[in-house]
Amino acid sequence: MYFQSLNELLHMDGHGAFVWTAYIITIAVIAVILVAPLRRQRGFLRQLAGELRRQQGDASSPGDN
Amino acid sequence: MWSFFHKLGSPPWLYGISGSILRWLLPLTLLALVAGMVWGLLFTAPDFRQGNSYRIIYIHVPAAVVALAGYYVMALAGAVNLIWKMKMADVAMKAAAPIGAALTFIALLTGAIWGKPTWGTWWVWDARITSMLILLFLYLGVVALYEAFDNKEAAGKACAVLSLVGMVNIPIIYKSVDWWYSLHQPASIKFTGESTIDPSMLYPLLLMITAFYALFTCCLLMNMRAELLRRESRTNWVRKLAQGAGRG
Repeated sequence: MYFQSLNELLHMDGHGAFVWTAYIITIAVIAVILVAPLRRQRGFLRQLAGELRRQQGDASSPGDN
Repeated sequence: MWSFFHKLGSPPWLYGISGSILRWLLPLTLLALVAGMVWGLLFTAPDFRQGNSYRIIYIHVPAAVVALAGYYVMALAGAVNLIWKMKMADVAMKAAAPIGAALTFIALLTGAIWGKPTWGTWWVWDARITSMLILLFLYLGVVALYEAFDNKEAAGKACAVLSLVGMVNIPIIYKSVDWWYSLHQPASIKFTGESTIDPSMLYPLLLMITAFYALFTCCLLMNMRAELLRRESRTNWVRKLAQGAGRG
């Protein structure tokens, strides 16, 4: 490891604030683009499941599949 | 060969195969991202001129490289949709745009943060940075244009034309640091000739570039899967999936 102490790692000779901000924002953006499609997919499937249940429960309008 | 293309056009097949690819590619991608970041932040020596601020290279360059590569994917998918009317190409184009926008945003933002300690300014209107900003607007333009149409077939065509016209920006981005005098440094990694980067810095950078390519692939597949379900919501295979998910 290049840095001798945690303090040195955080400070990085005065560049720490820049480097860490850049990394934290990048990680946040990566998390968003990874989680967003999964949430969308899960939400859609749950919503569709609810609709199908309602259709099946309602005898007057049978499902069209 | 043709049966492969035929299968590629089948949504349930694509949904299944992308799911099994993601099962191993996604963990591998996360592992490579973490390993690359730890390597770059903790185990490399500082740059002799730029000090520790150069460590931003390990996210800035991969994000920029893949943001450009992603544009090829988007424009190519758009062209395939225009020429052969392949629906899956339209799905891929729509899926690529927000990821490309996110990566371009990362490249611009980390570039600005890197610029402050290195150049003394957050932003300059030089050729490389301005053409990257245009790339961001092109990506966002495709996202917005798609949403603007009620008729999704027309939306796909309009977005394909927009992304193909925007292709003109790509060589400008590549060549901007050579064509114009700029604060931005020229490329350190070269396919022809010697790279101007030390191997101890090159290897973690190559790992991060690979990780970002894998990240793009994962996000592309996940966006495509979500879009496939939405488009195929009236079919039996999606209904079966939904019933399975509803029970779980």
